[in-house]
Amino acid sequence: MTEHSAASSAVSRVVRVPALTRVEGEAALHLRVQDGAVTDAHLRIYEPPRFFEALLRGRAHTEPVDITSRVCGICPVAYQMTACRAVEDACGVVVDGRLAALRRLLYCGEWIESQTLHIHLLHAPDFLGHADLVSMARTHREHVERGLRLKQAGNSIMELLGGRAIHPVNVRLGGFHRTPTRSELRPLAERLAIALDDAWDTVRWVAGFDFPDAECDTDLFALAQPGTYAIESGVPTVLPADGTLSPYSFPVGDFRDHIIEEQVPHSHALHSRLDGRRHLTGSLARYAISGHLLSPLAREAAREAGLGDPPPACGPARGDVCRNPYRSILVRAVEVLYAVEEALRIIDAYEPPPRPYVEVPPRAGEGHGATEAPRGLLYHRYALDEDGRITKAALVPPTAQNQGAIEEDLRVLVQSALTRGRTSDAELARLCERAIRNHDPCISCSAHFLDLDIERVSGRSPGPDGRETTVQPP
Amino acid sequence: MTDPTPPPERSRPRLGVFKFASCDGCQLTLLDCEDELLGIAEELEIAHFLEASSDIAPGPYDLALVDGSISTPEHRERIRRIRAESRYLVTLGACATAGGIQALRNYADVTEYMETVYARPDYIETLATSTPISAHVPVDFELRGCPIDRAQLLEVITAFLAGRKPGIPNHSVCFSCKQRGNVCVLVAHGTPCLGPVTHAGCGALCPTYGRGCYGCFGPAATTNLGALIPVLRDDGMSDGDIGRLLHTFNVTAFTAVEEKDLP
Repeated sequence: MTEHSAASSAVSRVVRVPALTRVEGEAALHLRVQDGAVTDAHLRIYEPPRFFEALLRGRAHTEPVDITSRVCGICPVAYQMTACRAVEDACGVVVDGRLAALRRLLYCGEWIESQTLHIHLLHAPDFLGHADLVSMARTHREHVERGLRLKQAGNSIMELLGGRAIHPVNVRLGGFHRTPTRSELRPLAERLAIALDDAWDTVRWVAGFDFPDAECDTDLFALAQPGTYAIESGVPTVLPADGTLSPYSFPVGDFRDHIIEEQVPHSHALHSRLDGRRHLTGSLARYAISGHLLSPLAREAAREAGLGDPPPACGPARGDVCRNPYRSILVRAVEVLYAVEEALRIIDAYEPPPRPYVEVPPRAGEGHGATEAPRGLLYHRYALDEDGRITKAALVPPTAQNQGAIEEDLRVLVQSALTRGRTSDAELARLCERAIRNHDPCISCSAHFLDLDIERVSGRSPGPDGRETTVQPP
Repeated sequence: MTDPTPPPERSRPRLGVFKFASCDGCQLTLLDCEDELLGIAEELEIAHFLEASSDIAPGPYDLALVDGSISTPEHRERIRRIRAESRYLVTLGACATAGGIQALRNYADVTEYMETVYARPDYIETLATSTPISAHVPVDFELRGCPIDRAQLLEVITAFLAGRKPGIPNHSVCFSCKQRGNVCVLVAHGTPCLGPVTHAGCGALCPTYGRGCYGCFGPAATTNLGALIPVLRDDGMSDGDIGRLLHTFNVTAFTAVEEKDLP
């Protein structure tokens, strides 16, 4: 141990930790600790740039639906639906009725698949002390098998309606290439009836986990849609962290006036701020803003899981707002139950639309679209010339929006661990990885290494525990 | 209460799953094998699969599945290390096999691309090109598709375990359409389709849904673009449309075919 007490001395240490696993992406965390206080927490996203916004220029207005799907193999339907909405908006076309219902059905498939993947394969092992699903299967076989079956039910919707679960081929601008017959959907309904039981059992299972105390003190941001839990459309809505401020909405066309993206030196993802404040999108935000619109069954499940009654739509929020990121797994489980029920409802009411798609003739202009990807609000904007060629494109994924909130979570977490007393670097790293997984970040990118750099700087004498001046040999 | 003691470990081949620049979709296909996943884990020791497990074991690996293209200086170094530690290396999908859609930068000015997306391009580390794994290290087998097909992935793993060559035909999508009994969308409906020059593997998904193939599996082993292009023109495509159709998810591979077929 070496002690530094000179005012000018700055000591730093670099701690290598095992890779950040069970997330999609490559990230590093840089923590700066000064005199026992965490002054900076930077989540560095190394996503090798793939330049989608640049390569979309010059493409036809029919192409973003297939091209942007390739941004993310985890939520391709979210990209397809958002691209359709934005381009259709630019062309002044609204797709509604039976085609809109089919889009919602496809999106339910992705919600079921993707949320179930996160619950069982990525998140639950943290609560049960396992490294992965395979290891968890040794002690919790029945839960693992149920999770895989439920995930498969989600995939089966995408396979039937989209042709395949990853980068579906059947979606096109204005609707679908081919719409199913009623009898083609029937086997899906049989499968989803089993999935409904599995989804209920999943809610009960995760409700039994132990949840550490934590609170995410940021604005919550999600789409809201009158009369229904927003998935494939809605109006951007903010529930401010400051309880004295009322919830508010703005048209999706004003997105760029409210969400300001900025580039920071430590990350390849653009950071964003909502009206100058940090914000969080995703399950917690959706549940707080639209939870009162869930089906009676899903609300009953939420209550049973201890999520309480979410606030009603208007006025200052009164009701139970869950801000504990660890408990996001509960909301995901409730959302899966809802998506299964919703899929069954859509299939039950289904009549084939008169045409599989509506024409979307190009015109010069700009269009905006936003939908609720499993991980949160996804926004696309396209500018078209009179031939329908894309002249500008902007994609704002949920994880980029959440980066500020995740960093704040990490800062608070590490601060509280340091304040409590001795925490080994390995333990800190484990806590941080777990906190990151709470938000299901989707950082489609190259490698998955979390290099935890803890820079500990002391400007004065060591504190009582002397930790901030502790330096280990490299 | 189930006995939590794991069964005694027998020696199993060691699997490593690695990712470079991609959407994650191809390695996710392994997790989409819901019926087979636990069985695969009994036959193979999953030694390195960051997306799925926080248990990370060092090499060597008997089977390496590689997703993604080489697009940063760090990638070039890492793929060499992985190759050196791996007995049998399989690339998964269009990014790893042809450089992916991000290889469109190879035909553009990457600095201009960076300036379009990022206010401060100097913060970004990237190569001017996105290249397939085979441009950097020897590859034992290349699986096509954007994304790969789940059944083909299972075939590659099964063949590896059985010590045989994977039974992956390299003919065109047209064969799959015939096997499936599809009416030809190109001939019967006048729908532009890349099926005649595209590698099979998807099961002719697009024509099955009434859509023309858009070439996401890359070129078939034998192609005749010279014969196809006039048909696409007759179906109303401009040369610009045809160019964009070929230059998307497998831009490098189809560009090579154009150079061969259209002298």
